[in-house]
Amino acid sequence: MGKAFVVTSGKGGVGKTTVTANLGTALSVLGKTVVVIDADIGLRNLDIVMGLESRVVYTSMDVIQGNCDLKKALVKDRRSENLHLLAASQKDDKTSIQPEQMRKICMELKEEYDFVLIDSPAGIEQGFQNAAAGADAAVVVTTPDVAAVRDADRIIGLLQQRDLNDISLIINRLDQAMVKRGDMMDQEDVVDILSVRLIGVIPEDDAVVVSSNRGLPLALEPNAMAARAFKRVAQRLLGEEIPIPEFREPNWFTGLIQRLLNS
Amino acid sequence: MKLDNLLWRFLRRESSKDVAKNRLKLVLIQDRMGIEPETMEILKKDLIALLSRYFEISKVGLQMDLHREDESIALVANVPITSMKIRPDAQAS
Ligand SMILES: Nc1ncnc2c1ncn2[C@@H]1O[C@H](COP(=O)(O)OP(=O)(O)OP(=O)(O)O)[C@@H](O)[C@H]1O
Ligand SMILES: [Mg+2]
Repeated sequence: MGKAFVVTSGKGGVGKTTVTANLGTALSVLGKTVVVIDADIGLRNLDIVMGLESRVVYTSMDVIQGNCDLKKALVKDRRSENLHLLAASQKDDKTSIQPEQMRKICMELKEEYDFVLIDSPAGIEQGFQNAAAGADAAVVVTTPDVAAVRDADRIIGLLQQRDLNDISLIINRLDQAMVKRGDMMDQEDVVDILSVRLIGVIPEDDAVVVSSNRGLPLALEPNAMAARAFKRVAQRLLGEEIPIPEFREPNWFTGLIQRLLNS
Repeated sequence: MKLDNLLWRFLRRESSKDVAKNRLKLVLIQDRMGIEPETMEILKKDLIALLSRYFEISKVGLQMDLHREDESIALVANVPITSMKIRPDAQAS
């Protein structure tokens, strides 16, 4: 029996879809079977970020309406055998699905796959409620800014109200240079405020944008900082004890070398 | 912490991330308790009405806030008293 995670944030644009695509890919590279579900009905993104937009034939809506069975609606990833996408319908909206129907889809998928990752739409309304309906656990994504952290706190409260207490936090788009200047909260600050378990810090990284331009999630790019960060998140989800690297200031020696390299 | 960083922070006084963190902590106390700013205002008025039965209060320096201390939340009020009323015009409650 697999486990379903809702990837959520409250605030829009902080990286839910990016996390779903890249974490799903990283888990599949580590040998796990994964389905990612786009629960952002009417504003689907996950297919294009993963480069699967031309392969989508059926959506979760078709499954619910009985136009095809669940197996048939799954789109296989281009590179990984273990990774599948269940796309969202683009012509319907969030009110056209009921939480009970999402729960049923998740239950069925969990019987065959190790991980089900559900990409939630922004907000706290029905779209979020549907996305969370079938989840056993939550991955809350935030960026280190006041608005996103405040909304993350609200979402955490709502998840707990639904008895979803298995909550992990990902801090996305951390900019080391800004942290160093004292102009961005670091991981300690955010965890201090939100008091949930941190499972990853993803740096601000141009490679993230490049990879979604190409429709190739990052997991196979060993050089991108963000790719390594996503791999570590996947390993932590699998229970490995991997310390979260601190984006610590370089000591005088490595600092000197960096300065020489940069000049 | 490196020296240039310390100096930097010193020159700029409080870093913007510290401001961010403090503001967040305060706003989240209200968010989490579901207390709207209006509710705080009503509470403030009620408290003033109550205390005015016993003291002459200066409303100028009056401060009232929720503070978080580790895991608990405290209501901290600072109420400047100008004089004690000789006989409290207390009503039976
Ligand atoms: N670590 C990162 N470094 C650089 N860019 C990033 C990073 N994470 C996300 N982005 C970019 O930020 C944008 C928003 O990301 P994404 O679409 O994943 O957010 P979202 O939370 O799913 O948004 P929505 O609420 O609209 O669904 C995208 O253009 C993405 O490429
Ligand atoms: Mg999205």
